[in-house]
Amino acid sequence: MPEIREKVDVCVVGAGHAGCEAALAAARMGLETVIFTVSVDSIALMPCNPNIGGSSKGHLVREIDALGGEMGKNIDKTFIQSKMLNVSKGPAVHSLRAQADKSDYTREMRRVLENQERLTVKQAEVCEILAEEKDGKKYVTGVKTFTGTIYEAKAVILCTGTYLNARCLCGEAITYTGPNGLQAATHLTKSLHDLGLEMRRFKTGTPARMDKRSIDFSKMEEQFGDERVIPFSFSTDPDSIQKDQVSCWLTYTNEETHNIIRANLDRSPIYAGIIEGTGPRYCPSIEDKVVKFADKERHQVFIEPEGIYTNEMYVGGMSSSLPEDVQLAMYRTVPGLENCKIVRNAYAIEYDCINPRELYATLETKSICGLFCGGQFNGSSGYEEAAAQGIIAGINAALYCQGKEQIVIDRSEAYIGVLIDDLVTKENFEPYRMMTSRAEYRLLLRQDNADMRLRKIGYEVGLVSEQIYRTTVLKKESIDREVKRLKETPIGANKKIQEFLAKHESSALKTGTSLAELMCRPELSYEILSEIDSERKPLPADVIEQVEIELKYEGYIERQLRQVEQYKKMEKKKIPENLDYDLVPSLRIEARQKLKSFRPVSVGQASRISGVSPADISVLLVYLETFRTR
Amino acid sequence: MTFYSDTIAAIATAMSDSGIGIIRISGEEAISIANKIFRSVNPDKKLINVKSHTVHYGYIYDGDKFLDEVMVIVMKSPRSYTTEDTVEINCHGGVLMVNRILEAVLKYGARLAEPGEFTKRAFLNGRIDLSKAEAVIDIIHSKNEFALQAGTAQLKGSVSNAVKSMRERVLYEIAFIESALDDPEHISLDGFHERISATVKELISEISKLIDSADNGKMLKEGINTVILGKPNAGKSSLMNILVGEEKAIVTNIAGTTRDILEENIKLHGIGLNIIDTAGIRETEDLVEKIGVERALKCAEKADLVIYVVDSSVPLDDSDLAIMDFMKTKKSIVLLNKTDLTTIVTEEYLKEILLDNVGEAAEVLPIIKTSTKENIGIDVFENKIKEMFFNGEISFNDEVYITNLRHKEALMDAKKSLIMVQRSIEDDMPEDFLSIDLMSAYASLGMIIGEEVGEDLVNEIFSKFCMGK
Repeated sequence: MPEIREKVDVCVVGAGHAGCEAALAAARMGLETVIFTVSVDSIALMPCNPNIGGSSKGHLVREIDALGGEMGKNIDKTFIQSKMLNVSKGPAVHSLRAQADKSDYTREMRRVLENQERLTVKQAEVCEILAEEKDGKKYVTGVKTFTGTIYEAKAVILCTGTYLNARCLCGEAITYTGPNGLQAATHLTKSLHDLGLEMRRFKTGTPARMDKRSIDFSKMEEQFGDERVIPFSFSTDPDSIQKDQVSCWLTYTNEETHNIIRANLDRSPIYAGIIEGTGPRYCPSIEDKVVKFADKERHQVFIEPEGIYTNEMYVGGMSSSLPEDVQLAMYRTVPGLENCKIVRNAYAIEYDCINPRELYATLETKSICGLFCGGQFNGSSGYEEAAAQGIIAGINAALYCQGKEQIVIDRSEAYIGVLIDDLVTKENFEPYRMMTSRAEYRLLLRQDNADMRLRKIGYEVGLVSEQIYRTTVLKKESIDREVKRLKETPIGANKKIQEFLAKHESSALKTGTSLAELMCRPELSYEILSEIDSERKPLPADVIEQVEIELKYEGYIERQLRQVEQYKKMEKKKIPENLDYDLVPSLRIEARQKLKSFRPVSVGQASRISGVSPADISVLLVYLETFRTR
Repeated sequence: MTFYSDTIAAIATAMSDSGIGIIRISGEEAISIANKIFRSVNPDKKLINVKSHTVHYGYIYDGDKFLDEVMVIVMKSPRSYTTEDTVEINCHGGVLMVNRILEAVLKYGARLAEPGEFTKRAFLNGRIDLSKAEAVIDIIHSKNEFALQAGTAQLKGSVSNAVKSMRERVLYEIAFIESALDDPEHISLDGFHERISATVKELISEISKLIDSADNGKMLKEGINTVILGKPNAGKSSLMNILVGEEKAIVTNIAGTTRDILEENIKLHGIGLNIIDTAGIRETEDLVEKIGVERALKCAEKADLVIYVVDSSVPLDDSDLAIMDFMKTKKSIVLLNKTDLTTIVTEEYLKEILLDNVGEAAEVLPIIKTSTKENIGIDVFENKIKEMFFNGEISFNDEVYITNLRHKEALMDAKKSLIMVQRSIEDDMPEDFLSIDLMSAYASLGMIIGEEVGEDLVNEIFSKFCMGK
């Protein structure tokens, strides 16, 4: 058979949430790109929960959007319910979450991909990553598909999700497929292994889907979306997306449910020891919950629609790998599900992924130039985490092809930075999920200011248009101007002011102050203060929001800014790539081993590796000083 | 520009009762901090205005409180060991005074230096020849090792347990907040403010107690709790007097003169001893003396070391047997006293009785012949204590007190953070703001017991709270 050879710039392997962002970024940055998928019908598939966003994940979507990614726009087009979570908490933890119409989401993303200039969608299983050695370094040269076609490329991005050597378990029934019965990719692991990359095996799971007509919603609590929907994308006009929303439903498990699970634990592949992969602690299967939290009398169950054109309902909170008969029995103990009919069984899935310490924070592999990785393949979990890595891998693959310096987003700039740094620096023994508590500078990394944090980067790499970037710059200027004005507007302790304060149950002034100072009082908002602020000019709502946050939480924000300054200093201390840790005297053995296996790029990164103590860091700093000067 | 910007301080001289002690401050604010606590004899002189490499005579004050008469040396960047602005305060020696001045320096804005940090800065700022890099690394390494050992060795039992328990409580609260933020639909924070406010109040009071115990000078009382036991008039008080070097205990030949406990802190070859002289052990009807005897036995229960003084000029009796009872479980030294008088109890005989009553431990029990009256055998006794200490047979006691400034500083930091939490609660700040300062408190407390934060929070969240999907 004659060999087919194609020539492109970038190959993206996998068209899930990571792959889509990666391919779009590369193509939009001017590179000839091809994206491979085992099934074109499964582009941007949502094989688990039917929502985008949620606590800290909503932040990621906003950040992807600010960088010029697609996820935010796509969910704005296809959501069927939307809610801002944690509104009673501080602004840093407000998080947007939307229920998606799954098939719409997939269709819309496919449309975007198919119409993207310089991007080709190709249905094929990639079996081999091609690389060659030059001057002692390995460079990726392309990929080979199952049918033998070779795609020569300067860069390859692996976004294989849960498809590598995937196997699905439903009790004793095991199928060797990817999610939703899709074809697994069974050849690539070997090729990666041969290239010397360290692979491992993770697992995750999903609950059953049920026929809506078999559910009695009268026994459940109805959960509505927000009255006024806030879009994910900074580019979406809020007025354009207000629509009728569908509801979700809340019900609970009970003792009977738990008894059935306990009685059948020996038939669970996890407890029977059939599953080898490491599962996540944060979305435990219902069997895990019952075992680990034995004293809890009930667990919440959220019934969520999978879309408008389907009767399928997602049973949130009850993922499982128990056999079908046990599943049916346990689901039917839940109020409202007594007569439920299961459309798709719950199952657990195991898959191969890379040990992310093989990667730089650019998401390029340390050992093979031009080979980038993103998404669940890197040991993360969740659509948003995947997409966030996808866009970074895509940007950096493109920069690599263009011969430009790659970007690293750090922990003080974005959740994306925290996510990637955690993945490549810390030892993760389970699929990694984003959480707000992982972001030490979270007061600065709010979902409301993602545009001001990241638009500039998006603009500089060429993903954000000049015009959009200008809007952000202008927004920033008008925020700064207004903050300055409020700080400089004096307020005297006169009768009118005291009356105003008394009216709003705010304590009287002893001396003069400024409008900004008054805004720090919890009971006084920007809006309330308009009464005594005669100079005020009308400003857009998003500007007012920022002004208010900046002033109200100024003390906290400044503290974090100071911490960031310290952090940046350590990040800037680079460690040479060829540093021989065996030559550094007095490092403790554990530290030496960890440093050798992670090969951190900066002293800051080194200090975050578990097992490396502050004394080790001091020793390293001193050693680097001699190294630098030599 | 230097790599570090904060200002550090430490005691540059050995921590001993030497004549002069030096506190060294280095960093951008070194001079301004010293200026805040230094008062020159010349009221117009301010340290911030003086020239580099000059010496100034004056006094150190913490606010209005006079601390010491000192000489202060000011060295400006880059002409100092660290190349940063440096101030050295030369004060009168004595662990207590040097510490007080250091504490004042810390109070006004300096941070306690890490072990070897001056040298590290000197090196990183290019002050030390590159060829010395290995030596510098060794200094940092060995000082850290030492600090780690000393830090944990001095922190025993109750303090470490108290700190651990506080840390656990703090972590639990953070994890609760964080899991609710992460999964607001599963975990609710209703009524949380009340609970957290009570917890924080409790924690602040516990930390304050630990800080007080450090402040009470107990820090310097660290030493081996040593109890002198013996029958009345065996020579216990004479021994005490010899060790202390002055007549504290009233010495008469009337049995039962010491009716209560006398406590004295002494240094023997550099080893701190808390010596407690007790009332003689005997059956007694005298109420006051009886209380004294009971207290003596109570002291003996808590002691690290028992010194049993035997009057060799009178026969052993039941009271001696009662004392021997204690020696079964305690490190002890036996002094066969009054060798200047006619011997009734010989060393061999005493050994036999000890073997019968104390058991196996008596085999290695040191018996030293002394005459407290003639000051004979005391040097042997002192050397024995030294030997036991350096062999690790005896060590510091387990009482709840914090033994060094580093621990105290960490406690103060933790307290400060918790007070911030309290303030945030009062201001009705959302819960995510509380967790910021709670986390700082958690980290500070960890420094005392040598634990880092790491993945603690994430682990706690997953193990205590049932999350998601």
